[in-house]
Amino acid sequence: MTATAPEVAIAGLALASPVLVAAGCGGTGRELAALDGLTGVGGFVTRTITLDPREGHPGRRVHETDAGFVHATGLANPGLHQFLATELPWLAAADVRTVVSVAASSLGEYADLARRLGDSPGVDGLELDLATPDGPALGLFDTREPFQAARAVAAVRRDLPRGTALLAKVGHDPLRVVETARAVAEAGADAVVLGNALPALLPDGRPGGLSGPAVRPVALRTVAEVHAALPGLPLVGAGGAAGADHVRAFLAAGATAVQIGAALLHDPTCAARAAADLRGET
Amino acid sequence: MTQQPTRVAHTPLHVRGEVLSSKRIGAYRHLTLVAPGMAERHRPGTFVAVSVGHTRPRAHLARRSYWVHRVRPTGSHGATLEVVVEPTGTGGTWLAGLDQGDPIEVTGPLGRPFALPKEPVTCLLVGEGYAAAPLFPLAERLRERGCTVTMLLAAPDEAHLLGTLDARRTARAVTVVTGDGSVGAKGTVAEVAPEVVAKSGADVVYATGSHEGLHAVAAAAEAQGAWSQTGVAVDQPCGTGLCFGCTIPVVGEAGSPRHVRACVEGPVFRGDRVRWTDLRTEPR
Repeated sequence: MTATAPEVAIAGLALASPVLVAAGCGGTGRELAALDGLTGVGGFVTRTITLDPREGHPGRRVHETDAGFVHATGLANPGLHQFLATELPWLAAADVRTVVSVAASSLGEYADLARRLGDSPGVDGLELDLATPDGPALGLFDTREPFQAARAVAAVRRDLPRGTALLAKVGHDPLRVVETARAVAEAGADAVVLGNALPALLPDGRPGGLSGPAVRPVALRTVAEVHAALPGLPLVGAGGAAGADHVRAFLAAGATAVQIGAALLHDPTCAARAAADLRGET
Repeated sequence: MTQQPTRVAHTPLHVRGEVLSSKRIGAYRHLTLVAPGMAERHRPGTFVAVSVGHTRPRAHLARRSYWVHRVRPTGSHGATLEVVVEPTGTGGTWLAGLDQGDPIEVTGPLGRPFALPKEPVTCLLVGEGYAAAPLFPLAERLRERGCTVTMLLAAPDEAHLLGTLDARRTARAVTVVTGDGSVGAKGTVAEVAPEVVAKSGADVVYATGSHEGLHAVAAAAEAQGAWSQTGVAVDQPCGTGLCFGCTIPVVGEAGSPRHVRACVEGPVFRGDRVRWTDLRTEPR
Protein backbone atom coordinates (compact mmCIF):
# COMPACT_ATOMS: atom_id res chain seq x y z
CA MET A 1 0.00 0.00 0.00
CA THR A 2 1.27 3.48 -0.75
CA ALA A 3 2.05 5.81 2.11
CA THR A 4 -0.36 8.52 1.07
CA ALA A 5 -2.07 10.57 3.75
CA PRO A 6 -5.50 9.30 4.80
CA GLU A 7 -8.11 10.91 2.65
CA VAL A 8 -11.09 10.67 4.94
CA ALA A 9 -11.97 10.01 8.55
CA ILE A 10 -15.16 8.74 10.13
CA ALA A 11 -15.52 9.22 13.87
CA GLY A 12 -11.78 9.55 14.22
CA LEU A 13 -11.21 6.44 12.10
CA ALA A 14 -8.74 7.43 9.42
CA LEU A 15 -9.32 5.72 6.09
CA ALA A 16 -6.70 5.44 3.38
CA SER A 17 -9.40 5.86 0.77
CA PRO A 18 -13.09 6.77 0.70
CA VAL A 19 -13.73 3.43 -1.04
CA LEU A 20 -14.98 0.63 1.21
CA VAL A 21 -16.00 -2.92 0.42
CA ALA A 22 -19.71 -3.29 1.21
CA ALA A 23 -21.13 -5.90 3.55
CA GLY A 24 -21.85 -9.30 2.06
CA CYS A 25 -19.95 -8.75 -1.18
CA GLY A 26 -16.37 -9.48 -0.21
CA GLY A 27 -16.52 -13.04 1.11
CA THR A 28 -14.38 -13.38 4.23
CA GLY A 29 -11.82 -10.92 2.87
CA ARG A 30 -9.36 -13.64 1.94
CA GLU A 31 -11.00 -14.33 -1.42
CA LEU A 32 -10.75 -10.67 -2.41
CA ALA A 33 -7.20 -10.32 -1.14
CA ALA A 34 -6.13 -13.33 -3.24
CA LEU A 35 -7.15 -11.36 -6.33
CA ASP A 36 -5.58 -8.09 -5.08
CA GLY A 37 -9.08 -6.80 -4.52
CA LEU A 38 -8.35 -5.21 -1.14
CA THR A 39 -5.25 -3.29 -2.13
CA GLY A 40 -5.54 0.36 -1.14
CA VAL A 41 -9.21 0.33 -0.17
CA GLY A 42 -10.29 2.35 2.85
CA GLY A 43 -11.89 -0.55 4.64
CA PHE A 44 -13.58 -3.93 4.48
CA VAL A 45 -17.08 -4.45 5.83
CA THR A 46 -17.77 -8.10 6.68
CA ARG A 47 -20.94 -9.91 5.75
CA THR A 48 -23.47 -9.54 8.53
CA ILE A 49 -22.53 -11.52 11.62
CA THR A 50 -25.12 -12.62 14.17
CA LEU A 51 -24.57 -13.91 17.68
CA ASP A 52 -25.57 -17.47 16.72
CA PRO A 53 -24.58 -19.21 13.49
CA ARG A 54 -27.12 -19.05 10.68
CA GLU A 55 -27.28 -21.66 7.97
CA GLY A 56 -28.90 -19.27 5.49
CA HIS A 57 -31.40 -20.05 2.77
CA PRO A 58 -31.04 -23.32 0.88
CA GLY A 59 -30.63 -23.49 -2.87
CA ARG A 60 -29.83 -20.63 -5.13
CA ARG A 61 -29.51 -17.33 -3.32
CA VAL A 62 -28.48 -14.87 -6.01
CA HIS A 63 -30.16 -14.32 -9.38
CA GLU A 64 -29.02 -12.06 -12.16
CA THR A 65 -31.55 -9.48 -13.26
CA ASP A 66 -31.38 -6.51 -15.63
CA ALA A 67 -28.64 -4.24 -14.27
CA GLY A 68 -28.41 -5.99 -10.95
CA PHE A 69 -28.91 -8.98 -8.71
CA VAL A 70 -31.89 -10.10 -6.69
CA HIS A 71 -30.68 -12.04 -3.71
CA ALA A 72 -31.63 -13.55 -0.39
CA THR A 73 -28.87 -15.29 1.55
CA GLY A 74 -30.84 -15.63 4.76
CA LEU A 75 -27.90 -14.02 6.61
CA ALA A 76 -25.74 -17.11 6.25
CA ASN A 77 -22.85 -16.62 8.67
CA PRO A 78 -20.80 -18.68 11.10
CA GLY A 79 -21.94 -16.80 14.21
CA LEU A 80 -19.86 -14.51 16.40
CA HIS A 81 -17.79 -17.21 18.07
CA GLN A 82 -16.61 -18.82 14.84
CA PHE A 83 -16.12 -15.41 13.24
CA LEU A 84 -13.83 -14.34 16.07
CA ALA A 85 -11.92 -17.61 15.90
CA THR A 86 -11.59 -18.17 12.16
CA GLU A 87 -12.17 -14.94 10.22
CA LEU A 88 -11.26 -11.92 12.34
CA PRO A 89 -7.63 -12.95 13.00
CA TRP A 90 -6.91 -12.91 9.27
CA LEU A 91 -8.60 -9.52 8.86
CA ALA A 92 -6.75 -8.13 11.88
CA ALA A 93 -3.44 -9.19 10.35
CA ALA A 94 -4.36 -7.89 6.90
CA ASP A 95 -3.46 -4.37 5.95
CA VAL A 96 -7.06 -3.16 5.86
CA ARG A 97 -9.50 -1.41 8.18
CA THR A 98 -12.16 -3.84 9.32
CA VAL A 99 -15.75 -2.92 10.01
CA VAL A 100 -17.91 -5.80 11.24
CA SER A 101 -21.50 -5.75 10.06
CA VAL A 102 -23.85 -7.07 12.74
CA ALA A 103 -27.54 -7.78 13.20
CA ALA A 104 -29.37 -9.12 16.22
CA SER A 105 -32.70 -10.49 17.28
CA SER A 106 -32.95 -8.40 20.44
CA LEU A 107 -31.50 -5.32 22.10
CA GLY A 108 -29.69 -7.61 24.52
CA GLU A 109 -28.01 -9.39 21.62
CA TYR A 110 -26.98 -6.05 20.14
CA ALA A 111 -25.34 -5.15 23.44
CA ASP A 112 -23.58 -8.53 23.57
CA LEU A 113 -22.22 -8.09 20.06
CA ALA A 114 -21.02 -4.58 20.91
CA ARG A 115 -19.18 -5.75 24.03
CA ARG A 116 -17.52 -8.77 22.47
CA LEU A 117 -16.58 -7.19 19.16
CA GLY A 118 -15.53 -3.93 20.79
CA ASP A 119 -13.04 -5.85 22.91
CA SER A 120 -11.60 -7.75 19.96
CA PRO A 121 -8.35 -6.55 18.47
CA GLY A 122 -8.65 -5.76 14.79
CA VAL A 123 -12.21 -4.40 14.87
CA ASP A 124 -12.08 -0.78 13.74
CA GLY A 125 -15.81 -0.29 13.59
CA LEU A 126 -19.25 -1.85 13.78
CA GLU A 127 -21.90 -1.42 11.11
CA LEU A 128 -25.42 -2.12 12.32
CA ASP A 129 -27.39 -3.80 9.57
CA LEU A 130 -30.74 -2.12 10.27
CA ALA A 131 -32.26 -2.46 6.82
CA THR A 132 -31.98 -6.07 5.75
CA PRO A 133 -34.98 -6.71 3.52
CA ASP A 134 -37.34 -8.92 5.51
CA GLY A 135 -35.24 -8.66 8.67
CA PRO A 136 -38.21 -9.40 10.94
CA ALA A 137 -39.04 -12.52 8.91
CA LEU A 138 -35.47 -13.66 9.58
CA GLY A 139 -36.05 -13.19 13.28
CA LEU A 140 -34.16 -9.92 13.56
CA PHE A 141 -35.09 -7.11 15.92
CA ASP A 142 -37.63 -5.03 13.99
CA THR A 143 -35.90 -1.77 13.04
CA ARG A 144 -38.36 -0.59 10.39
CA GLU A 145 -39.59 2.23 12.61
CA PRO A 146 -36.97 4.95 13.11
CA PHE A 147 -37.33 4.92 16.90
CA GLN A 148 -36.69 1.17 16.93
CA ALA A 149 -33.58 1.61 14.79
CA ALA A 150 -32.46 4.26 17.27
CA ARG A 151 -32.96 1.85 20.19
CA ALA A 152 -30.68 -0.69 18.52
CA VAL A 153 -28.03 1.99 17.99
CA ALA A 154 -28.33 3.18 21.61
CA ALA A 155 -27.98 -0.40 22.89
CA VAL A 156 -24.74 -0.79 20.95
CA ARG A 157 -23.43 2.67 21.82
CA ARG A 158 -23.72 2.01 25.56
CA ASP A 159 -21.49 -1.05 25.37
CA LEU A 160 -19.13 -0.17 22.56
CA PRO A 161 -15.70 1.02 23.73
CA ARG A 162 -14.71 4.54 22.67
CA GLY A 163 -12.46 4.35 19.67
CA THR A 164 -14.58 1.82 17.83
CA ALA A 165 -16.59 3.61 15.16
CA LEU A 166 -20.33 2.97 15.10
CA LEU A 167 -21.97 3.03 11.69
CA ALA A 168 -25.72 2.60 11.31
CA LYS A 169 -26.84 1.23 7.96
CA VAL A 170 -30.33 2.34 7.01
CA GLY A 171 -32.23 1.57 3.83
CA HIS A 172 -33.04 3.63 0.77
CA ASP A 173 -36.58 4.34 1.91
CA PRO A 174 -37.20 7.73 0.31
CA LEU A 175 -40.11 8.57 2.60
CA ARG A 176 -38.44 7.77 5.92
CA VAL A 177 -34.71 8.01 5.32
CA VAL A 178 -34.15 11.51 6.74
CA GLU A 179 -36.18 10.73 9.83
CA THR A 180 -34.34 7.42 10.33
CA ALA A 181 -30.91 8.96 9.80
CA ARG A 182 -31.67 11.70 12.34
CA ALA A 183 -32.93 9.18 14.88
CA VAL A 184 -29.88 6.89 14.66
CA ALA A 185 -27.48 9.84 14.72
CA GLU A 186 -29.14 11.21 17.87
CA ALA A 187 -28.90 7.73 19.40
CA GLY A 188 -25.14 7.79 18.98
CA ALA A 189 -24.20 6.61 15.49
CA ASP A 190 -20.94 8.18 14.31
CA ALA A 191 -21.94 7.85 10.69
CA VAL A 192 -24.92 6.67 8.71
CA VAL A 193 -24.57 4.21 5.86
CA LEU A 194 -27.28 4.72 3.26
CA GLY A 195 -27.44 1.38 1.61
CA ASN A 196 -28.70 -2.16 1.47
CA ALA A 197 -30.80 -3.83 -1.14
CA LEU A 198 -34.22 -2.58 -2.16
CA PRO A 199 -36.98 -5.04 -1.27
CA ALA A 200 -37.56 -7.25 -4.31
CA LEU A 201 -38.86 -10.64 -5.35
CA LEU A 202 -36.74 -13.59 -6.45
CA PRO A 203 -37.82 -15.32 -9.68
CA ASP A 204 -39.09 -18.27 -7.61
CA GLY A 205 -41.38 -15.98 -5.61
CA ARG A 206 -39.37 -15.78 -2.41
CA PRO A 207 -38.73 -12.33 -0.94
CA GLY A 208 -35.27 -10.84 -1.42
CA GLY A 209 -33.46 -7.65 -2.27
CA LEU A 210 -32.25 -5.84 -5.40
CA SER A 211 -28.65 -4.62 -5.61
CA GLY A 212 -26.40 -3.36 -8.36
CA PRO A 213 -26.37 -0.56 -10.93
CA ALA A 214 -30.18 -0.36 -11.00
CA VAL A 215 -30.12 0.97 -7.43
CA ARG A 216 -27.55 3.73 -7.95
CA PRO A 217 -29.85 6.66 -8.83
CA VAL A 218 -32.02 5.82 -5.82
CA ALA A 219 -28.96 5.66 -3.57
CA LEU A 220 -27.66 8.99 -4.83
CA ARG A 221 -31.03 10.54 -4.11
CA THR A 222 -31.12 9.36 -0.50
CA VAL A 223 -27.55 10.54 0.08
CA ALA A 224 -28.42 13.97 -1.30
CA GLU A 225 -31.59 14.22 0.76
CA VAL A 226 -30.03 13.20 4.04
CA HIS A 227 -27.02 15.43 3.42
CA ALA A 228 -29.28 18.39 2.75
CA ALA A 229 -31.25 17.81 5.95
CA LEU A 230 -28.31 16.84 8.17
CA PRO A 231 -25.22 18.45 6.65
CA GLY A 232 -22.95 17.76 9.62
CA LEU A 233 -23.58 14.01 9.67
CA PRO A 234 -20.94 11.79 8.02
CA LEU A 235 -22.62 9.65 5.37
CA VAL A 236 -21.47 6.53 3.62
CA GLY A 237 -23.20 5.96 0.29
CA ALA A 238 -23.85 2.47 -1.01
CA GLY A 239 -25.78 1.27 -4.04
CA GLY A 240 -24.59 0.37 -7.50
CA ALA A 241 -21.17 2.02 -7.39
CA ALA A 242 -18.61 0.19 -9.52
CA GLY A 243 -15.85 2.66 -10.31
CA ALA A 244 -14.20 5.96 -9.49
CA ASP A 245 -16.76 8.03 -11.42
CA HIS A 246 -19.59 6.55 -9.38
CA VAL A 247 -17.66 7.17 -6.17
CA ARG A 248 -17.17 10.80 -7.16
CA ALA A 249 -20.90 11.14 -7.80
CA PHE A 250 -21.66 9.89 -4.28
CA LEU A 251 -19.05 12.23 -2.79
CA ALA A 252 -20.56 15.12 -4.74
CA ALA A 253 -24.00 14.24 -3.37
CA GLY A 254 -22.66 14.60 0.15
CA ALA A 255 -21.15 11.25 1.13
CA THR A 256 -17.88 11.06 3.07
CA ALA A 257 -17.16 7.52 1.93
CA VAL A 258 -18.65 5.07 -0.55
CA GLN A 259 -19.14 1.32 -0.44
CA ILE A 260 -18.72 -0.88 -3.49
CA GLY A 261 -20.62 -4.14 -3.32
CA ALA A 262 -22.47 -5.99 -6.07
CA ALA A 263 -19.97 -4.87 -8.71
CA LEU A 264 -17.31 -6.98 -6.98
CA LEU A 265 -19.17 -10.10 -8.03
CA HIS A 266 -18.62 -9.02 -11.61
CA ASP A 267 -15.08 -7.72 -11.20
CA PRO A 268 -13.36 -8.53 -7.90
CA THR A 269 -10.74 -5.86 -8.51
CA CYS A 270 -13.12 -2.92 -9.05
CA ALA A 271 -12.96 -1.49 -5.50
CA ALA A 272 -9.17 -1.58 -5.49
CA ARG A 273 -9.10 0.01 -8.93
CA ALA A 274 -11.57 2.73 -7.92
CA ALA A 275 -9.39 3.53 -4.89
CA ALA A 276 -6.31 3.70 -7.11
CA ASP A 277 -8.13 5.88 -9.65
CA LEU A 278 -9.13 8.33 -6.93
CA ARG A 279 -5.51 8.56 -5.78
CA GLY A 280 -4.62 9.45 -9.33
CA GLU A 281 -2.59 6.29 -9.81
CA THR A 282 -3.96 5.41 -13.21
CA MET B 1 13.09 -11.95 -6.66
CA THR B 2 12.26 -15.59 -6.08
CA GLN B 3 8.66 -16.59 -5.51
CA GLN B 4 7.60 -19.50 -3.42
CA PRO B 5 6.02 -21.73 -6.01
CA THR B 6 3.91 -23.75 -3.59
CA ARG B 7 2.21 -20.62 -2.27
CA VAL B 8 1.92 -18.64 -5.45
CA ALA B 9 1.11 -21.37 -7.92
CA HIS B 10 -2.53 -21.88 -6.97
CA THR B 11 -3.54 -18.30 -6.28
CA PRO B 12 -6.21 -17.22 -8.77
CA LEU B 13 -5.71 -14.27 -11.09
CA HIS B 14 -8.10 -11.72 -12.54
CA VAL B 15 -6.87 -10.74 -15.97
CA ARG B 16 -7.96 -9.15 -19.18
CA GLY B 17 -7.28 -11.85 -21.70
CA GLU B 18 -8.03 -12.48 -25.33
CA VAL B 19 -9.74 -15.05 -27.48
CA LEU B 20 -7.05 -16.84 -29.47
CA SER B 21 -9.43 -19.05 -31.41
CA SER B 22 -13.03 -20.17 -31.50
CA LYS B 23 -13.92 -23.45 -33.08
CA ARG B 24 -17.27 -25.12 -33.52
CA ILE B 25 -17.24 -28.81 -32.60
CA GLY B 26 -20.65 -30.46 -32.63
CA ALA B 27 -23.12 -28.38 -30.65
CA TYR B 28 -20.36 -26.54 -28.77
CA ARG B 29 -17.86 -23.78 -29.26
CA HIS B 30 -14.33 -24.48 -28.10
CA LEU B 31 -12.69 -21.22 -27.09
CA THR B 32 -8.95 -21.00 -26.61
CA LEU B 33 -8.12 -18.13 -24.29
CA VAL B 34 -4.92 -16.24 -23.68
CA ALA B 35 -5.01 -15.38 -19.98
CA PRO B 36 -1.45 -14.69 -18.83
CA GLY B 37 -0.35 -16.83 -15.91
CA MET B 38 -3.63 -18.68 -15.54
CA ALA B 39 -3.04 -21.85 -17.52
CA GLU B 40 0.17 -22.61 -15.60
CA ARG B 41 -1.81 -22.63 -12.35
CA HIS B 42 -4.54 -24.92 -13.58
CA ARG B 43 -5.16 -28.29 -11.96
CA PRO B 44 -7.87 -30.59 -13.32
CA GLY B 45 -11.22 -29.75 -11.77
CA THR B 46 -10.59 -26.04 -11.33
CA PHE B 47 -12.59 -23.56 -13.38
CA VAL B 48 -12.53 -20.00 -14.70
CA ALA B 49 -15.16 -17.29 -14.26
CA VAL B 50 -15.85 -15.03 -17.22
CA SER B 51 -17.39 -11.52 -17.24
CA VAL B 52 -20.12 -11.22 -19.83
CA GLY B 53 -20.15 -8.25 -22.22
CA HIS B 54 -17.69 -5.74 -23.64
CA THR B 55 -19.12 -2.32 -22.97
CA ARG B 56 -19.05 -0.68 -19.56
CA PRO B 57 -21.11 -0.44 -17.51
CA ARG B 58 -22.14 -3.98 -18.25
CA ALA B 59 -25.74 -5.07 -18.11
CA HIS B 60 -25.02 -8.63 -17.01
CA LEU B 61 -23.31 -8.75 -13.67
CA ALA B 62 -23.18 -12.44 -12.90
CA ARG B 63 -20.07 -14.31 -13.94
CA ARG B 64 -20.23 -17.46 -16.03
CA SER B 65 -18.11 -20.35 -14.84
CA TYR B 66 -16.45 -22.81 -17.19
CA TRP B 67 -14.43 -25.95 -16.64
CA VAL B 68 -10.95 -25.83 -18.06
CA HIS B 69 -10.89 -28.39 -20.85
CA ARG B 70 -7.32 -28.19 -21.97
CA VAL B 71 -4.13 -26.33 -21.26
CA ARG B 72 -1.68 -25.99 -24.09
CA PRO B 73 1.63 -24.24 -24.46
CA THR B 74 1.95 -21.95 -27.47
CA GLY B 75 5.04 -20.29 -28.83
CA SER B 76 3.87 -16.71 -28.93
CA HIS B 77 1.20 -16.47 -26.22
CA GLY B 78 2.50 -18.64 -23.39
CA ALA B 79 0.14 -21.32 -22.13
CA THR B 80 -3.48 -21.02 -23.25
CA LEU B 81 -6.58 -22.59 -21.84
CA GLU B 82 -9.57 -24.01 -23.60
CA VAL B 83 -13.17 -23.90 -22.43
CA VAL B 84 -16.23 -25.58 -23.94
CA VAL B 85 -19.24 -23.32 -24.35
CA GLU B 86 -22.78 -24.33 -25.12
CA PRO B 87 -24.31 -21.42 -27.04
CA THR B 88 -27.44 -21.09 -24.92
CA GLY B 89 -28.55 -18.37 -22.49
CA THR B 90 -27.23 -14.83 -22.35
CA GLY B 91 -23.70 -15.67 -21.29
CA GLY B 92 -23.18 -18.74 -23.45
CA THR B 93 -24.53 -17.04 -26.55
CA TRP B 94 -22.29 -14.03 -26.01
CA LEU B 95 -19.19 -16.12 -25.43
CA ALA B 96 -19.90 -18.39 -28.37
CA GLY B 97 -20.17 -15.32 -30.59
CA LEU B 98 -16.72 -13.99 -29.74
CA ASP B 99 -14.11 -13.81 -32.47
CA GLN B 100 -10.39 -14.25 -32.50
CA GLY B 101 -8.74 -11.23 -30.87
CA ASP B 102 -11.74 -10.20 -28.79
CA PRO B 103 -10.88 -9.15 -25.23
CA ILE B 104 -12.31 -11.13 -22.35
CA GLU B 105 -12.13 -10.68 -18.58
CA VAL B 106 -11.33 -13.95 -16.83
CA THR B 107 -10.72 -14.97 -13.23
CA GLY B 108 -9.10 -18.26 -12.33
CA PRO B 109 -8.17 -20.91 -11.78
CA LEU B 110 -10.86 -21.13 -9.10
CA GLY B 111 -12.09 -23.84 -6.79
CA ARG B 112 -10.75 -27.09 -5.43
CA PRO B 113 -9.42 -29.53 -8.02
CA PHE B 114 -9.95 -33.28 -8.20
CA ALA B 115 -8.01 -35.13 -5.54
CA LEU B 116 -5.48 -37.44 -7.14
CA PRO B 117 -4.70 -40.90 -5.75
CA LYS B 118 -1.21 -41.49 -4.37
CA GLU B 119 -1.20 -45.11 -5.56
CA PRO B 120 -1.62 -46.29 -9.17
CA VAL B 121 -5.26 -47.36 -8.78
CA THR B 122 -8.08 -48.06 -11.21
CA CYS B 123 -10.15 -44.99 -12.07
CA LEU B 124 -13.45 -44.55 -13.86
CA LEU B 125 -14.18 -41.11 -15.30
CA VAL B 126 -17.82 -40.25 -16.01
CA GLY B 127 -18.83 -37.15 -17.96
CA GLU B 128 -22.06 -35.82 -19.42
CA GLY B 129 -22.19 -33.33 -22.29
CA TYR B 130 -19.83 -30.36 -22.09
CA ALA B 131 -19.36 -31.05 -18.39
CA ALA B 132 -16.98 -33.85 -19.41
CA ALA B 133 -14.47 -31.09 -20.25
CA PRO B 134 -12.26 -31.32 -17.14
CA LEU B 135 -12.00 -35.11 -17.33
CA PHE B 136 -9.49 -35.05 -20.19
CA PRO B 137 -6.68 -33.19 -18.41
CA LEU B 138 -7.58 -35.31 -15.37
CA ALA B 139 -7.14 -38.52 -17.37
CA GLU B 140 -3.67 -37.39 -18.43
CA ARG B 141 -2.64 -36.69 -14.84
CA LEU B 142 -3.97 -40.05 -13.71
CA ARG B 143 -2.10 -41.86 -16.45
CA GLU B 144 1.11 -40.06 -15.50
CA ARG B 145 0.62 -41.59 -12.06
CA GLY B 146 0.27 -45.05 -13.50
CA CYS B 147 -3.49 -45.28 -12.93
CA THR B 148 -5.69 -47.41 -15.16
CA VAL B 149 -8.29 -45.09 -16.67
CA THR B 150 -11.65 -46.06 -18.15
CA MET B 151 -14.33 -43.60 -19.20
CA LEU B 152 -18.07 -43.30 -19.54
CA LEU B 153 -19.19 -40.44 -21.77
CA ALA B 154 -22.84 -39.50 -22.18
CA ALA B 155 -24.97 -36.89 -23.93
CA PRO B 156 -28.50 -36.45 -25.24
CA ASP B 157 -27.21 -36.96 -28.80
CA GLU B 158 -24.03 -37.13 -30.88
CA ALA B 159 -23.68 -33.37 -31.28
CA HIS B 160 -23.53 -32.89 -27.50
CA LEU B 161 -21.01 -35.67 -26.96
CA LEU B 162 -17.60 -34.29 -26.00
CA GLY B 163 -14.23 -35.73 -26.82
CA THR B 164 -14.89 -39.38 -27.65
CA LEU B 165 -11.80 -39.46 -29.91
CA ASP B 166 -9.58 -37.97 -27.21
CA ALA B 167 -11.06 -40.42 -24.75
CA ARG B 168 -10.07 -43.40 -26.86
CA ARG B 169 -6.49 -42.12 -26.93
CA THR B 170 -6.27 -41.63 -23.14
CA ALA B 171 -8.49 -44.28 -21.66
CA ARG B 172 -8.12 -48.05 -21.72
CA ALA B 173 -11.83 -48.50 -22.38
CA VAL B 174 -14.55 -46.04 -23.26
CA THR B 175 -18.29 -46.55 -22.89
CA VAL B 176 -20.56 -44.15 -24.73
CA VAL B 177 -24.28 -43.69 -24.17
CA THR B 178 -26.62 -41.20 -25.79
CA GLY B 179 -30.20 -40.34 -24.98
CA ASP B 180 -31.31 -40.98 -28.56
CA GLY B 181 -28.98 -43.90 -29.21
CA SER B 182 -27.22 -42.06 -32.06
CA VAL B 183 -23.84 -43.15 -30.69
CA GLY B 184 -23.21 -46.09 -28.40
CA ALA B 185 -25.98 -47.60 -26.37
CA LYS B 186 -29.18 -45.71 -25.66
CA GLY B 187 -29.33 -44.41 -22.10
CA THR B 188 -28.32 -41.86 -19.52
CA VAL B 189 -25.61 -41.82 -16.86
CA ALA B 190 -28.24 -42.28 -14.18
CA GLU B 191 -29.49 -45.42 -15.92
CA VAL B 192 -26.18 -47.09 -16.67
CA ALA B 193 -24.11 -45.92 -13.69
CA PRO B 194 -24.66 -48.96 -11.46
CA GLU B 195 -23.62 -51.41 -14.17
CA VAL B 196 -20.69 -49.39 -15.56
CA VAL B 197 -19.30 -48.61 -12.11
CA ALA B 198 -19.56 -52.25 -11.06
CA LYS B 199 -17.95 -53.53 -14.26
CA SER B 200 -15.11 -51.03 -14.10
CA GLY B 201 -13.84 -52.39 -10.78
CA ALA B 202 -12.76 -48.82 -10.08
CA ASP B 203 -11.17 -47.76 -6.81
CA VAL B 204 -12.00 -44.14 -7.54
CA VAL B 205 -14.81 -42.74 -9.68
CA TYR B 206 -14.54 -39.18 -10.99
CA ALA B 207 -17.72 -37.62 -12.39
CA THR B 208 -19.05 -34.38 -13.82
CA GLY B 209 -22.48 -33.67 -15.27
CA SER B 210 -26.10 -33.37 -14.24
CA HIS B 211 -26.99 -33.56 -10.58
CA GLU B 212 -29.11 -36.60 -11.34
CA GLY B 213 -26.19 -38.34 -13.01
CA LEU B 214 -23.77 -37.43 -10.24
CA HIS B 215 -26.21 -38.69 -7.64
CA ALA B 216 -26.40 -42.05 -9.40
CA VAL B 217 -22.63 -42.30 -9.80
CA ALA B 218 -21.96 -41.39 -6.17
CA ALA B 219 -24.50 -43.98 -5.03
CA ALA B 220 -23.05 -46.66 -7.33
CA ALA B 221 -19.52 -45.91 -6.13
CA GLU B 222 -20.59 -46.16 -2.52
CA ALA B 223 -22.35 -49.47 -3.17
CA GLN B 224 -19.10 -50.70 -4.70
CA GLY B 225 -16.92 -49.44 -1.85
CA ALA B 226 -15.17 -47.01 -4.19
CA TRP B 227 -14.33 -43.35 -3.53
CA SER B 228 -16.10 -40.82 -5.68
CA GLN B 229 -15.06 -37.32 -6.64
CA THR B 230 -17.90 -35.31 -8.14
CA GLY B 231 -17.58 -31.98 -9.94
CA VAL B 232 -20.84 -30.23 -9.06
CA ALA B 233 -21.82 -27.35 -11.33
CA VAL B 234 -24.39 -24.79 -10.19
CA ASP B 235 -24.87 -21.22 -11.35
CA GLN B 236 -22.23 -19.13 -9.63
CA PRO B 237 -22.97 -15.41 -9.43
CA CYS B 238 -19.33 -14.50 -8.75
CA GLY B 239 -17.35 -17.75 -8.83
CA THR B 240 -14.82 -16.23 -6.47
CA GLY B 241 -16.34 -16.85 -3.03
CA LEU B 242 -17.52 -13.31 -2.44
CA CYS B 243 -21.30 -13.59 -2.50
CA PHE B 244 -22.25 -16.84 -0.73
CA GLY B 245 -24.81 -17.30 -3.50
CA CYS B 246 -23.92 -20.76 -4.85
CA THR B 247 -24.69 -23.23 -2.14
CA ILE B 248 -24.29 -26.99 -2.07
CA PRO B 249 -25.95 -28.99 0.70
CA VAL B 250 -23.34 -31.24 2.27
CA VAL B 251 -22.78 -33.40 5.29
CA GLY B 252 -20.43 -31.34 7.43
CA GLU B 253 -17.93 -32.42 9.99
CA ALA B 254 -19.59 -34.29 12.83
CA GLY B 255 -22.33 -35.30 10.39
CA SER B 256 -24.22 -32.04 10.62
CA PRO B 257 -26.07 -30.80 7.53
CA ARG B 258 -24.51 -27.65 6.10
CA HIS B 259 -24.57 -25.46 3.02
CA VAL B 260 -21.21 -24.52 1.59
CA ARG B 261 -20.08 -22.38 -1.33
CA ALA B 262 -19.74 -24.43 -4.51
CA CYS B 263 -17.03 -22.12 -5.83
CA VAL B 264 -14.74 -22.20 -2.79
CA GLU B 265 -15.32 -25.59 -1.13
CA GLY B 266 -16.07 -27.15 -4.51
CA PRO B 267 -16.64 -27.52 -7.35
CA VAL B 268 -15.22 -30.97 -6.63
CA PHE B 269 -16.77 -32.72 -3.66
CA ARG B 270 -16.45 -36.21 -2.31
CA GLY B 271 -19.61 -37.89 -3.57
CA ASP B 272 -20.52 -39.17 -0.12
CA ARG B 273 -20.43 -35.65 1.33
CA VAL B 274 -23.10 -34.14 -0.94
CA ARG B 275 -26.74 -34.39 0.13
CA TRP B 276 -27.92 -35.21 -3.38
CA THR B 277 -31.65 -35.36 -2.74
CA ASP B 278 -31.55 -31.91 -1.12
CA LEU B 279 -29.41 -30.57 -3.96
CA ARG B 280 -31.97 -31.75 -6.48
CA THR B 281 -35.03 -30.46 -4.61
CA GLU B 282 -33.82 -27.08 -3.31
CA PRO B 283 -34.87 -24.04 -5.40
CA ARG B 284 -32.28 -23.44 -8.14
